[in-house]
Amino acid sequence: MACSITIRDVRKTYGQFVALDSVSLDIAPGEFLTLLGPSGSGKTTLLMILAGLIRPEAGSITVDGDEILRKPPHLRNIGMVFQNYALFPHMSVGENVGYPLKLRKVGAAERYERAREALKLVQLDHLMDRRINQLSGGQRQRVALARAIVFEPQILLMDEPLSALDKKLREQMQIELKHLHDRLGMTTVYVTHDQREALTMSDRVAVMNHGHILQVAPPRQIYERPSDRFVADFVGESNFLPVEMRDGAAIFGGTALQLAEGQAAGSGNKALLVRPEKLDILSAAPAPEHNPIDGTVEELVYQGETMLIYVTLPGGETIALRRGTRQQALSEMPQVGEPIRLGLHRDDTVLIDEAAHA
Amino acid sequence: MSVGPLPIAPYRRLWLYGVVAGVLFFLVAPIFIVIPISFSDSEFLEFPPRGFSFRWYAAYFNDPQWMAATRVSLIAASLTVLFATPLGTAAAYAIHRAQSRWVRSLHVLMLLPQMVPLILIGIGLFYVYIQLGLVNSMLGIVLAHTLLATPFVVVTVLAGLQSFDMTQEKVARSLGASWPVAFFTVTLPQIRLSVVSGGFFAFITSLDEVVIGLFVAGGDNTVLTRRMFLSLRDQIEPTIAAISSLLIVITLAALIAVALFARKAD
Amino acid sequence: MHDMTACQRGHTLNRQELAADERREKRQILGLSLPAAAIILILLVIPVGWLFALSFVSNGEIGLANYARMVEYSAYLSIFSTTILVSLFVTLLCIVLGYPVAYLLGQLPPRLATIGLAFVIVPFWTSILVRTYAWLVILQRQGIVNDALIGIGLIDEPLRLAHNLTGTIIGMTHVMLPFLVLPLYATVRNIDGDLMRAANNMGASPARAFRDVFLPLSMPGLIAGSLLVFILCLGFYVTPQILGGGRVIMVSMKIQQNVQTYFDWGAGSALGVVLLLIVFAIFYLVHRLAGLDRIFAR
Repeated sequence: MACSITIRDVRKTYGQFVALDSVSLDIAPGEFLTLLGPSGSGKTTLLMILAGLIRPEAGSITVDGDEILRKPPHLRNIGMVFQNYALFPHMSVGENVGYPLKLRKVGAAERYERAREALKLVQLDHLMDRRINQLSGGQRQRVALARAIVFEPQILLMDEPLSALDKKLREQMQIELKHLHDRLGMTTVYVTHDQREALTMSDRVAVMNHGHILQVAPPRQIYERPSDRFVADFVGESNFLPVEMRDGAAIFGGTALQLAEGQAAGSGNKALLVRPEKLDILSAAPAPEHNPIDGTVEELVYQGETMLIYVTLPGGETIALRRGTRQQALSEMPQVGEPIRLGLHRDDTVLIDEAAHA
Repeated sequence: MSVGPLPIAPYRRLWLYGVVAGVLFFLVAPIFIVIPISFSDSEFLEFPPRGFSFRWYAAYFNDPQWMAATRVSLIAASLTVLFATPLGTAAAYAIHRAQSRWVRSLHVLMLLPQMVPLILIGIGLFYVYIQLGLVNSMLGIVLAHTLLATPFVVVTVLAGLQSFDMTQEKVARSLGASWPVAFFTVTLPQIRLSVVSGGFFAFITSLDEVVIGLFVAGGDNTVLTRRMFLSLRDQIEPTIAAISSLLIVITLAALIAVALFARKAD
Repeated sequence: MHDMTACQRGHTLNRQELAADERREKRQILGLSLPAAAIILILLVIPVGWLFALSFVSNGEIGLANYARMVEYSAYLSIFSTTILVSLFVTLLCIVLGYPVAYLLGQLPPRLATIGLAFVIVPFWTSILVRTYAWLVILQRQGIVNDALIGIGLIDEPLRLAHNLTGTIIGMTHVMLPFLVLPLYATVRNIDGDLMRAANNMGASPARAFRDVFLPLSMPGLIAGSLLVFILCLGFYVTPQILGGGRVIMVSMKIQQNVQTYFDWGAGSALGVVLLLIVFAIFYLVHRLAGLDRIFAR
């Protein structure tokens, strides 16, 4: 049932504003791919183009080799869940879910059975006769999902479907959606601006900005090895330290830092990406692969499960590190104004070209 | 969007309440003075009437000419609803959907019948109808009334569409509905109250139209308002009070229906 | 190298086909509005255009004779001045009577405001003929007003209230008042009450807060409403014809007379063209000052 999607050079502009600038992307059969980016990055535009609700100016989109770009949306057999769910208030839950089947001329009895099956998948089969306005936000979201999958589309599109839910429910639904995808196996394209959501659910994440796809990779690679400064900055927290590449080492503040394998290539000015949770607080005599960096504690911010420590480096840069809040760690925590020696292990170093997409 | 009371002591604004009550009375009282007079048993238009009778209603219902005019008016109004409602709904939908400047200027075109003085539309239609042989014909009357009523339908349906979430139509299309199917199964059921309200307004507009009727709605197809207008110039007999009362009741019924629809839509 | 080809392909792939689809969709949408547009074009724009052409024909000759007559004969001048003066006066009355209504209704809680608004909307939709008839009944020699005034001993002889200028102005004001109140109310309703409270907190008296805050904010609605009333008055026919008793001749009545009594299409059309030009000039002014959409929002 799952099928592949090939997007080639899709371009869309609104007057002077370039929403999508010749975007290309390959999506594998059964893949869960997330388009991640800030608002205005073009991620929703691309999703709407896939659904056929926005017409691009140029490009090609093929599903299993068939061009779909000129097909009207109702012939594409693509299920879609909208941000605001857009359930039909003049129909009951069952009628909403049965609607796509009715359009496909499925008989009443079978329609009822299949609608109930779909609702069962989202654990709402007991609410078939409810009115839409009697449902909670989370229930509406599930009904919208059931309606989008009941006709067994080849492809499922979701446009920030969880953004209206509160944090707890959102995290629970992330897992449920992922399980549902594992069960049904349909090719899924998911749009979100929430990087944690993207990392949690996806097989691959495509990070977008200003109408371009900057990087497409599995979540771990997006986070650990971002190819681009924007990606590094947008996904997770990041410190950037200016370094100069010389003889396979990165020079920061006059000292050479040891780099991970494969990172030592190139020359000239680059940025060293430092994630706050990858930094250590070192004791007196560190091993060289720990890359000691000295600084002064500037501020401590207690955030519950972790604590943020802002450190000013001799060169004037401020860098943040994150520590757990177990009692032992708290008691060893340095105080504001005290000197501190940070360590970035060789294996955690990531170098990023300064110029790219600045 | 409530503005809420201002920090002024209510008693200091009593004069304002008084003035407003006076103006509202001025607006409504004349309309409701006609009704008791229509039940008077005297030929003089006294208020309050001294005796009660149905004689003016009897005079109206027993007069073949009044009845013929009433029939013409009701048929014209019904046909106007049938013409103006789909036309206005389609136009409103197009205006709502379209982004192009072309269709937006159409919005202004829809306002023209309210901007151009009726007397001018009247003689203009009179002139064109003479050439086309449409003077005093039902088709001519209905077309003229459709011209006046369509903008009201457009405005009413447009208001309905503005409170409708167009994403629903998109969802319907992604679920397998072609455009027309999406409109008829998802959009129309939800804006139907605005459409019906627009239809009511079209009915009243046609029923109450006078000026154009004076030019193009005579002979066998004399409309009620034309006959009323012409007899008002000669005398102000209570028969007209009876007809006026009936027109008021029809208008009120239509407005109450529209108000109930509006509440139901919320 | 790769970027170059991607770029070139990106601007051409399916480009023409997609543009054709886009045009077709636009045509479909446009097509939906076509019947309504056609009705207005055929039944309004073309006939009025014809009248415009006819206005240059007098006694079978093409020229400006119809317009020249308007300047030469003082009767026409007085008709135009009557029309404009009556319209101005009615507009002024509508402002004086309508502003307090919109002002108060705008501040009442929604339920109460709706009830008050019903008092404006019911007359708005009631037949103009019925309302004019009602005033004829009320204002006649043995009508309610005269009876009441004699009853309380204020006058001995009944006043002449109908079939003259007084009756015309009362009747027209009654018909026009909702046209002023409704757009004004729509504007006033959206004025944030916090602004007035803020002005109050800063030490402005209620009167001062009204003058400095509320009045300027209500201006677009007031301008739109009053110019709409003025324009409708200029072309008004039914009420002055019935309540004026032949003593108040408005332009619209002269147009009707020219066409239906004298069959002088040229003269009637020329009057109509002048009327229309005045109306459009004023509408343009309204549009510049307040926006046309707002006038028709109800």
